[in-house]
Amino acid sequence: MKEILEIIGALFVLLGGIFLFLGGLGIVRMPDAYNRLQAGTKATTLGGMSLILGVGLMETSWLIKAMVIIIFIAFSNPLSSHALARANYKRKNFPYLKNTKGVDAYKDAYLNENKEEQS
Amino acid sequence: METNTLYKKLSSVFLNWLFLFIVWNAFTSSFQAQEVITGLILSFFLALFTSRFFDCCSLRVLHPVSLFYSIVYVFVFLIALIRSNFDMAKRVLSPSLPINPGIVKFKTRLQSDFAKMMLANSITLTPGTLSVDLIEDTLYVHWIDVKTDDPEKVHTEIAQQFENILLKIFAE
Amino acid sequence: MIQIIIYVTFGFMVMGIIFSAWRIMKGPTAADRVLALDTLTTISVSGMVLMAYVFNRFIYLDVALIYGVLGFIGVLVIARYLEGAL
Repeated sequence: MKEILEIIGALFVLLGGIFLFLGGLGIVRMPDAYNRLQAGTKATTLGGMSLILGVGLMETSWLIKAMVIIIFIAFSNPLSSHALARANYKRKNFPYLKNTKGVDAYKDAYLNENKEEQS
Repeated sequence: METNTLYKKLSSVFLNWLFLFIVWNAFTSSFQAQEVITGLILSFFLALFTSRFFDCCSLRVLHPVSLFYSIVYVFVFLIALIRSNFDMAKRVLSPSLPINPGIVKFKTRLQSDFAKMMLANSITLTPGTLSVDLIEDTLYVHWIDVKTDDPEKVHTEIAQQFENILLKIFAE
Repeated sequence: MIQIIIYVTFGFMVMGIIFSAWRIMKGPTAADRVLALDTLTTISVSGMVLMAYVFNRFIYLDVALIYGVLGFIGVLVIARYLEGAL
């Protein structure tokens, strides 16, 4: 039983490592900060969760602490990426759009807010 | 009016107490009597101070229906997270980088701040989307592959599945 | 078998760390650097947990958790500062 759990845990660990690598590759390849945030956040969240769950399965007495770290990662990663995306927009780094028809619905709200602040 | 606010305050303190107590037990992860009693006392006093800042929801979240839908929510969320990762892996690994990014907006039907936060968090981890800002009840979402910019269609495409479950959990 | 898998995983994670370090040095805007730092934090937390298994030390899990909390708070503070709200 213990050996089977160890093998399953090791596979989870390997999967997590691959996703962490993909997160790093994503933030190198993507063209602007928003797309980099998307790649980085998603891949590292699932990668970290899977790797820590794998370690928890390999060493069963650590499972509770591992779950605490998993839940913390699942809550904190999206929050920080959300804060960074908004901060990046407020610093006037507008998103990369592929062609002239690309939509940027946030621009109106952003300009409105700035007008209120100035008046 | 007076009893109503008192009830709200007490329920907030109670929920904070429960949450902090669970966190304490998960951190220490030893279930001896003195640890548990220390946790009970400590988390009660902490809850008295922090309940002003974290009044997330009413006591309705402890109803069995809400608890059942919370479990459903966790599974829906995990499936969306795995799908989004394979989607992202496909985009990152393909040499031509098939993206068509843009920011779209839609209106959410949720009322309370905590539910909106949960929705924004979930949207960040679903395929190809990243929530940028929340003004009143309009959510601005960065979408890596924009298919439509009509708010209604965006709503059904991105937020529908999470919003329905969250409406049942928080009973709004 | 398990040892080989752990070595391969460490190899993948080192490559991820090199990529995010490259983005920290290169990144055109401040937000790029901070998001690369955030990615680096998550990779390091996972690395610490894996180290805890390799050296069989339970206490390293607490180190990983505290490092994660501090990295999260740091990113939030920097984001608020960049936004001009601090």
